[in-house]
Amino acid sequence: MSGRRIAYLNARLIDPESGRDETGALLTEGETIADLGPGLFDDGLPDGVFPIDCGGRILAPGLIDARVFVGEPGSEHRETFASAGKAAAAGGVTTMLTMPNTDPVIDDVALVEYMARLARDSARVRVHPMAALTKGVAGREMTEFGLLAEAGAVALTDGVRAITDSRVMRRCLSYADTFDLVVCQYPEDPSLAPDGVMNEGELCMRLGLAGIPCQAETIMVERDLRLVALTGGRYHAAALSTAEAIDAVREAKAAGLRVSAGALVHSFALNETAVGSYRTFAKTAPPLRAEADRRAVVAGLADGTLDLIASGHDPQDVESKRLPFAQAATGIIGLETLLPLTLELYHNGELPLARALGCLTSRPAAVFGLPQGRLAPGAPADLAEIDLDVPHRIDEDGLRSKSKNTPFGDRPVQGRVTRTVVAGETVFRHGRD
Amino acid sequence: MPGNEHSGYPHPHLLGIEGLAPSEIEAILDLSEKYVTQNRQVDKKQSVLRGRTQINLFFESSTRTRTSFELAGKRLGADVINMSADGSAIKKGETLIDTAMTLNAMHPDVLVVRHPDSGAVELLSQKVDGAVINAGDGSHEHPTQALLDALTIRRRLGRLSGLIVAISGDILHSRVARSNILLLNIMGARVRVVAPPTLLPGDIDRMGVEVFHDPKRGLADVDIVMMLRLQTERMQGSFVPSVREYYRYFGLDRAKLAYAKPDALIMHPGPMNRGVEIDSDVADDIQRSVIREQVEMGVAVRMAMLDLLAHHRRNTLAGLVA
Repeated sequence: MSGRRIAYLNARLIDPESGRDETGALLTEGETIADLGPGLFDDGLPDGVFPIDCGGRILAPGLIDARVFVGEPGSEHRETFASAGKAAAAGGVTTMLTMPNTDPVIDDVALVEYMARLARDSARVRVHPMAALTKGVAGREMTEFGLLAEAGAVALTDGVRAITDSRVMRRCLSYADTFDLVVCQYPEDPSLAPDGVMNEGELCMRLGLAGIPCQAETIMVERDLRLVALTGGRYHAAALSTAEAIDAVREAKAAGLRVSAGALVHSFALNETAVGSYRTFAKTAPPLRAEADRRAVVAGLADGTLDLIASGHDPQDVESKRLPFAQAATGIIGLETLLPLTLELYHNGELPLARALGCLTSRPAAVFGLPQGRLAPGAPADLAEIDLDVPHRIDEDGLRSKSKNTPFGDRPVQGRVTRTVVAGETVFRHGRD
Repeated sequence: MPGNEHSGYPHPHLLGIEGLAPSEIEAILDLSEKYVTQNRQVDKKQSVLRGRTQINLFFESSTRTRTSFELAGKRLGADVINMSADGSAIKKGETLIDTAMTLNAMHPDVLVVRHPDSGAVELLSQKVDGAVINAGDGSHEHPTQALLDALTIRRRLGRLSGLIVAISGDILHSRVARSNILLLNIMGARVRVVAPPTLLPGDIDRMGVEVFHDPKRGLADVDIVMMLRLQTERMQGSFVPSVREYYRYFGLDRAKLAYAKPDALIMHPGPMNRGVEIDSDVADDIQRSVIREQVEMGVAVRMAMLDLLAHHRRNTLAGLVA
């Protein structure tokens, strides 16, 4: 099959999977990457190839955001696939993995198909829905893993809820392995933090708020790892925020368990002091932790214990944030801030560039078995052109998400996406869209 | 210099004890003394708040604090209006901020606010033009309670600095405990907390207190024993196993009180659960218990706060006009 041929010239090609980092050109043909490398068009462009000059900027695989909440269906006033797709494209995100915590919950084959169709019709980027692990995300009865996967579910998760019943979790891990599916857990034991709204500690005590202790995460991760050892299943801890849970995953990986883990941007870009005096835009899941935990997240990303970085994009309308802290909605948006905030790790000297980008591309692709996330002949032509150094401030009013609940407004950052390509088509250009 | 007694409190609101300077607390207590005297006269009425509107906005039920603020406002000549969560728009789903905006449009000079959520009063204060007094927000602060406690202690013992104060009871959920710990530390007292670990925040030592789980040791040689009310719904096995077990090991009775200094004062913010956290015999000891005096000081302290905030507001407005 052939299609329109586009040459991306004068690009710094970075492919985290292969370690490629060199100046050259890339050719797409239709929806796939046909060829790339230095000196690709040294003999001139062949006829019928449309040239795009990257001006020396980075050309990397499009980003894969492994934890995205979209309001559709059920909460279209917060976010639709159309608005999330625009935000994603502007953020260089070419693939969104969406959470099943919608209304209705995505726990049924028809709903997965509906989601996939809705996304295809209205989102500018690829959408892979995750389906619920248990019916109604109630944590009791398993959903139809095989049929859901066939319908397009990329992984299984109860999203914002942990599977607390150990027997249910054991069965989910065992049964999911039949279909080679990843069980994706949000590891927080709710019984240790029934009313918790922020990290338990001194600040929380002074503010008179109910805390979520680190142990709520550690206990859940440690239990899960034992069940992984018992069942041999595949497990992904969706959002780690504590030093001890990261240590547990590090040991489990060393022991050869089939385990992966992610961190959300806010877990390394902020600490609990951002809550200040009851700032509800800093009310997140997992909660913002102490500085030592924030540093442990950075270390976990640096040594590979944490496989990927996701935004945890969770749009909440302003009204649900303009409330007393305990009543305010949890969650922040992140599709458009994912890249610049991840690049802080590179600019601060904490992660090499290829690893920082790998956490957003090749590694989530590996965890979830996706063909995208790399620059290689035959791979999907999903690309992000990045101006690595340009300084700017995050402009919350300019964000494309329907909801503007970000704690990062006005934060000075370096680097932005200048062009986003999905399946060979440009879906975003900085200054144009 | 006229108005000198009002110059010691430079803040537009009273949202908490945190952030207040020792001199500011002294200024509040000094002015309160004047109102203690005045409240003991036959004619208690003044006109310093004449023409001013005070709204008591209570999202959580309260009898004594609301009454105390109401009396304080009326004795200063303000027009006082009480609003409670029952029967108001709050029950109909109006948000706190909408309520704040609505009330603000009526130009109240002072809003006295109690709310079950920590931080809610501060949030409200950001949306109104008038002065805001925190009458208790969640488990965060209850500053006028700490001020009236300080006034009671200072009048009895002549000072706050150097005293040893034991606070006993449900520290975990108590805004009274937080405000008192802050104030007593600012004023140079030594604070102990005495409670079972389930009723203490894990990081309470970070507030500069000594932690005791045994009342005999915790009350040893203290100048003041401050008992906190225990919510009975927290006594059914969730935080402590039963009322009788709590009373046995933590309730203040003669035997435990014997470990304190012989003339140690007994305080309680009220309302008391007799036979739960405090024995009737101890609570009614007229030599030692200052519980009723605390109520009296409450009105005086609230009058002083209303006076100070009204004064600050007058000066700010004068500044705007000039």
